[in-house]
Amino acid sequence: MSALLEIEDLAVTFGSRSAAVRGASLRVEKGETHCLVGESGCGKSVTALAIMNLLARGGQRSATQMSFAGTDLLSLSDREMARLRGNRISMIFQEPMTSLNPAFTVGSQMAEVLTRHRGGSRTAALERSVELMGRVGITAPEMRLGQFPHQLSGGLRQRVMIAMALMCDPELLVADEPTTALDVTVQAQILRLLATLKRELGLAILLITHDLGIVARVADRVSVMYAGEVVERAPTAELFRSPQHPYTRGLLSCVPVPGRVRRDRPLGSIPGVVPAISPGFAGCAFRSRCSYADATCAHEIPRRSAGAARDYLCRLAPGITEPQPA
Amino acid sequence: MLNLIARRLALGVLVAFTVMTLAFMLTRLSGDLAISIAGPQASQADVEIIRKAYGLDRPLYVQFFSWVGRAMIGDFGQSYFFKDSVANLIGRRLPITLTLGLVGLSLALVISIPLGILAALRENSWIDRGVTMFTMVGQAIPSFWLALILMIVLGLNLGILPISGTGTWQHFVMPGIVLAFTAIPALTRLTRSGMIDAMASDYIRTARAKGLSRARIVLKHALRNAAIPVVSIAAVQLGFMLGGSIVIETVFALHGVGYLGWESIAKNDFPVVQAVVLVLAAIYIGLTLLSDILNALLDPRLRTG
Amino acid sequence: MSEPIAIHAPLTPRVGMAGFAVGIAIVAFIVVVALVGNTFVPHDPFTQDLGNRLKPPFWMEGTQGEHLLGTDQLGRDYLARLAYGARISLLIGIMTVITSGLIGITLGVLGGFFGGRVDDAVLFAITTRLSIPVVLVALAVVGLMGSGLGLVVATLGLLLWDRFAVVARATTMQIRNLDYVNAARCAGASTAHLLIKEILPNIASHLAVVATLEMALAILLEAALSFLGLGVPPPLPSWGLMIAEGKDYMFFSPWVIMVPGVALFVLVLGINLVGDGLRNLLGAERLR
Repeated sequence: MSALLEIEDLAVTFGSRSAAVRGASLRVEKGETHCLVGESGCGKSVTALAIMNLLARGGQRSATQMSFAGTDLLSLSDREMARLRGNRISMIFQEPMTSLNPAFTVGSQMAEVLTRHRGGSRTAALERSVELMGRVGITAPEMRLGQFPHQLSGGLRQRVMIAMALMCDPELLVADEPTTALDVTVQAQILRLLATLKRELGLAILLITHDLGIVARVADRVSVMYAGEVVERAPTAELFRSPQHPYTRGLLSCVPVPGRVRRDRPLGSIPGVVPAISPGFAGCAFRSRCSYADATCAHEIPRRSAGAARDYLCRLAPGITEPQPA
Repeated sequence: MLNLIARRLALGVLVAFTVMTLAFMLTRLSGDLAISIAGPQASQADVEIIRKAYGLDRPLYVQFFSWVGRAMIGDFGQSYFFKDSVANLIGRRLPITLTLGLVGLSLALVISIPLGILAALRENSWIDRGVTMFTMVGQAIPSFWLALILMIVLGLNLGILPISGTGTWQHFVMPGIVLAFTAIPALTRLTRSGMIDAMASDYIRTARAKGLSRARIVLKHALRNAAIPVVSIAAVQLGFMLGGSIVIETVFALHGVGYLGWESIAKNDFPVVQAVVLVLAAIYIGLTLLSDILNALLDPRLRTG
Repeated sequence: MSEPIAIHAPLTPRVGMAGFAVGIAIVAFIVVVALVGNTFVPHDPFTQDLGNRLKPPFWMEGTQGEHLLGTDQLGRDYLARLAYGARISLLIGIMTVITSGLIGITLGVLGGFFGGRVDDAVLFAITTRLSIPVVLVALAVVGLMGSGLGLVVATLGLLLWDRFAVVARATTMQIRNLDYVNAARCAGASTAHLLIKEILPNIASHLAVVATLEMALAILLEAALSFLGLGVPPPLPSWGLMIAEGKDYMFFSPWVIMVPGVALFVLVLGINLVGDGLRNLLGAERLR
């Protein structure tokens, strides 16, 4: 069964200075919530923007394969890609406060997505806006139509963004850290909302985040990213139970689990810092911080399978690395 | 917002009053007005007659308040040399200056905004550099010199436009072009920087993520935000243009208020000079108020929340 | 009135080091011409020679070899007058900037630093100044009190301080609450000390940029005033005056207005290039 979104070996560079993404491969199945997780600067947002062809000026992308529902995204012109954006693939961003145009009403910004892709009257589009705003939990949606973004709170704006993303019934929603800028309580509400939408609409979600807690809550499958590469892919439960890649291990050991934390032991951390990667870098980016590294890690790293629908990028065979006690 | 307007209006009145005071003092700079009016040949007796006739024998503050009082109701007194009331003089000439100003501003906007958008969309390309060079050149050309050059080229060599006087719409073309040139550099740069900021903003990224067409993104979403400061500054630019039109009107012998000011300075026609300064200042004050209102109207953030 | 800050010009794109270098070269060249130019030109700018009127410059026919740029309507050597005119333009530019700078910076810093009523008064003064039609008032002053270099400088200096005030005020407000200023205040520094030692040096770079722009503006304004006959009095060869004198002959001998006009244009362009280059160099933030 072919996936909804299939990416093989994506690379993104910005000039000759930086290789933001070196080899990202991921698959998102229909109706699946897939989390792309990693630290700041690992290239996960850039990956999302590359998929949508929304890279900033100077960004160049290339991949062995990048297809959405069978269509090769790389071969599309910007105009053709624009017909997919907001229509079959939607994206929401991290900063709800600045992501809406301050000069236009909420209603008009929502309606224009529908009229752009499906035509129809503005009235019909506004009606659909009201319907979707209700669906995402916005109270008094008719009133919201005529309001301006600055009149809404951050949580409300993010809901508007989600509703706006759903106007044309997309098959895939790319959500780049949608809750990072929000309060914890609002965060929980938004996540619940996304789970509900997935259930009711069969919506596939590519959720970008740095928060393992979110991953544990909503993800069906996870791709872990480090320094521009996807280093491990697995179903969520299995990832948490038996992480294979040394980085993933380290990451999970950093998260204190109530009940398992021992007072006399320091919290886990990974020594060192994320290296800056320039084009031409070879081998594993984690080797400077990995306790299992050896000379072969400076060369091509094999992708190993660790069971059904699991793989990771490391020279180590599956099962060698054991979970560190917290 | 009404509150805002009321306060700006009150401030404007205060400024106008200050300008009135300054204008009054300005004409008293040359010392004894009566002597200036009477001329170098006049005898002492003549000067005294003139002094009485023009009310120049009254104490200064009496003269001032009498002028202010009448100015409030639009009576600026009689011109010393034009045999007409100052109000009439200005009233006849003002439409010309206003027309010139509007022609100049419209031309400036028609050129600046597209150029600014183009430069912003092609940032750092040779088009952008070309536009920058164009604005730098525009800023450095003395307006009266440009006027003369246009006269030679368009008026004489090509013979397509009249080089002086008022009368037909053709008389406004060259002056309008020169006037536009005084505003184009600033407006172009403002449009350009506003568009660059807008295009780099998060809400434009959202608009692209929604799959909107490029034209709509640039012309509706970005421009709408970038235009706010341009519009409000354009109103103020108009004020500067009207105030500075004196040079252009004089070169082209266009009978507007600026030219009137020039003529009355040459003739020591003080009531006219005072009144012209006041009228131009009042127009500028009105335009800044308009600019604030436009700003509030165009930016929803200022209107409500 | 809304704050006048927004009125003034935003950043241009990188003029680039090339532009900056060109600007400095131009200004340096004209300064040299102003200082020593007339010692190299064989003629005196004021000597009339009515038998040799309106001779064309060397690139046109009918030229008189020894007058490289020809002669004006009174037979005076054009090149000599042009070189002397550089002196006038630069002098006016510099003196005006010093005067208006003193006034504007003082007002701006006081208003920005003390805030409150003082600031209200400063803003009111700025707004009033902006409402005044500058050219008209300058003309009126000179018209009523007679032409003269000193009067022109004084008038322009008293009129062109607004941008200095606006920028000084804005930058002062930005830094008055920064830590190093507060630290000095806590150490017991007097207000005068704060203003002179802490605030001024840190806003100086922004003010330098304003100074170049105002200098260019002053030069253009003086040229306009002289062109209208109410600026620098003849026989002083202000470039604006030379254009005015040449106006009557421009249809037959266009170089009479072209040469001084180009000189003005090049000088102002050079100063503006320097100003923009300075602004980019200093990474001056947009003042909004």
